[in-house]
Amino acid sequence: MENRKLVEVQHLQQYFPVLGGKLLEKKVVKAVDDVSFYINKGETLGLVGESGCGKTTTGRTLLRLYEPTDGKIFYDGVDITHVNMLPYRRKMQIVFQDPYASLDPRITVGDIVGEAIDIHHLAKNEQERRDRIIELLALVGLNSEHANRYPHEFSGGQRQRVGIARALAVNPEFIVCDEPISALDVSIQAQVVNMFEDLQEKMGLTYLFIAHNLSVVKHISNRIGVMYLGKIVELADSYELTFHSIHPYTRSLISAIPVADPETARASRRIVLEGDVPSPVDPPSGCHFRTRCPYADERCAQEDPELKEVTAGHFAACHHLDRVR
Amino acid sequence: MNTTGSNAATGAAQNVHNPDYLVDIQHERLSFFTPAGEVKALNDVSLYVRPGEVLGIVGESGSGKSVTAYSIMGLTAYPGRLIGGDIWFNGHHINEMSEREMRKMRGNEVSIIFQDPMTSLNPVYTIGNQIREVILLHTSKNKAEANARARELLTLVGINEPDKRLKQYPHELSGGMRQRVMIAIALACEPKLLIADEPTTALDVTIQAQILELIMDLKKRLGMAVILITHDLGVVAGTCDRIAVMYGGKVVESGLTDDIFYRPAHEYTKGLLVSIPNLKDQSHTRLVPIEGSPVDMLNPPAGCPFAPRCRSCMKVCLGRMPEYTHLTDSHYSACWLLDKAEFEQRQREEQA
Repeated sequence: MENRKLVEVQHLQQYFPVLGGKLLEKKVVKAVDDVSFYINKGETLGLVGESGCGKTTTGRTLLRLYEPTDGKIFYDGVDITHVNMLPYRRKMQIVFQDPYASLDPRITVGDIVGEAIDIHHLAKNEQERRDRIIELLALVGLNSEHANRYPHEFSGGQRQRVGIARALAVNPEFIVCDEPISALDVSIQAQVVNMFEDLQEKMGLTYLFIAHNLSVVKHISNRIGVMYLGKIVELADSYELTFHSIHPYTRSLISAIPVADPETARASRRIVLEGDVPSPVDPPSGCHFRTRCPYADERCAQEDPELKEVTAGHFAACHHLDRVR
Repeated sequence: MNTTGSNAATGAAQNVHNPDYLVDIQHERLSFFTPAGEVKALNDVSLYVRPGEVLGIVGESGSGKSVTAYSIMGLTAYPGRLIGGDIWFNGHHINEMSEREMRKMRGNEVSIIFQDPMTSLNPVYTIGNQIREVILLHTSKNKAEANARARELLTLVGINEPDKRLKQYPHELSGGMRQRVMIAIALACEPKLLIADEPTTALDVTIQAQILELIMDLKKRLGMAVILITHDLGVVAGTCDRIAVMYGGKVVESGLTDDIFYRPAHEYTKGLLVSIPNLKDQSHTRLVPIEGSPVDMLNPPAGCPFAPRCRSCMKVCLGRMPEYTHLTDSHYSACWLLDKAEFEQRQREEQA
């Protein structure tokens, strides 16, 4: 892992218009609201949070699959917020959550992987294209005869491998992994997680790993950001975050995760959060978490806490860090 | 250790119901007759649940965990058919019940909550209407009494402002709330058994914790038995008394929660336990995956369904399904390795 920022976002905002309750009333969902972070070359940054917290939107906006409402995106020091993305698509790729929906059912797996090669003119002739496809499939643990089959002939785990091979086809440096294992069976998840790790080692890849399963994110990431209603509430080294979290939301999230060990499960006392995640159309004023937070007071309703560096490399956004600790 | 013979395999003796068990499934075989061929969803499944007990059924998609639980309620969807074995529930012999008798039992003695609270409530009826329906069907209460009971149930499952909620429609509630409403409906007649089919899979972690806590709390208060179906080992670790691990239409191992987690006997259970990352790990250890793909239920292997993916697969595993080896009174597993271990131990004893 180098100490060079490969990807960076500053004050990223992504608002989506929605129809309000009243006729013709216009409202916005602040899916991503002032998010800043960077990822070093060769590093894996994990993003966790509950559904609707904006983690997927962050990943997609970062690749400019959505045009950001505001904020800046840098790739290798270059501001790519408003440039033509085609040359950058070769460097930045994505693996989607649902391997059943993200592969075109009407073309063969070889062509799914080959499409990227065609678009970026990476093969001089048909033979070279074919060799490259087979090489890519081998890289993800599939063999050459799989190239002529269609997506429906594969299991979920194999399809996700195809999705990964497609992302690798252009020799990218950076991959956004958007919940790549949540649709897979438990016994298959470990295969795919190990593959991501092997590929990173072999090709020096940088990942943004998005998932709601903190155990998996902690396993694969160097650093983790926790999102709640469009904002990053805590960001730290993955061990630091799991063992010494300081934000009340992160703490309750960690305590809510069921541990696959009966003794620990019996002994542990959960911090059970009351209520549901508020609607992102109408988030609470001030700190978004205050409606479910045991420490909330008036200040939280008025002021939005900033993400501050508490200890070296450990950031948290909360007014009451002293009390929480 | 002793090995019991499976009488379905030998085609001998009739299954005998054990009256101590609330649910008693013996040698159940259930197939789906699809255009592509017969899918043997359940292949000789035996299970039991004692009154007031929490049984976790763990397995991946297609392992038959939901089908097993649904068959207790007589809910086998077309083109599925029960083709062998016996199911007893609360003294009823399910195999011999008519649809009419079954309808009297469902919702009254046994209830179910489904995975997806978004689709299991009817969107065009109010919450109140859907809760009252169960009460009016199964009890002699009139509408006003049923309404009072519905309000009581919503309070029981931790929904505030019950009067307001009774008049609302499902789309006005969040996912966690809808699952609470589903639980309220399921508990309306204080059933002896609650089947929870992946009750928290569609919910966020913090909401999952709320719902699991609620189910366990209600179980204690009402004294019902619970069958918790899930693929998440974390969920069963903290909640269940006993666990049955299913793979490829078979119960490959069953035992007390501690037996399964600390003394797993089947290779699949062992593999599953080491393949999941542990949040409490202090350092990075590489995961040990179970290689291969899940079983193709249209063409299942002749012997042990897990054999093609098993690290310790032997020749016999491919051809014949092993019998259960009982490790303790409640802990048993079907694996040839256990037979081998037992055989070797007997040999050692004979030599000594």
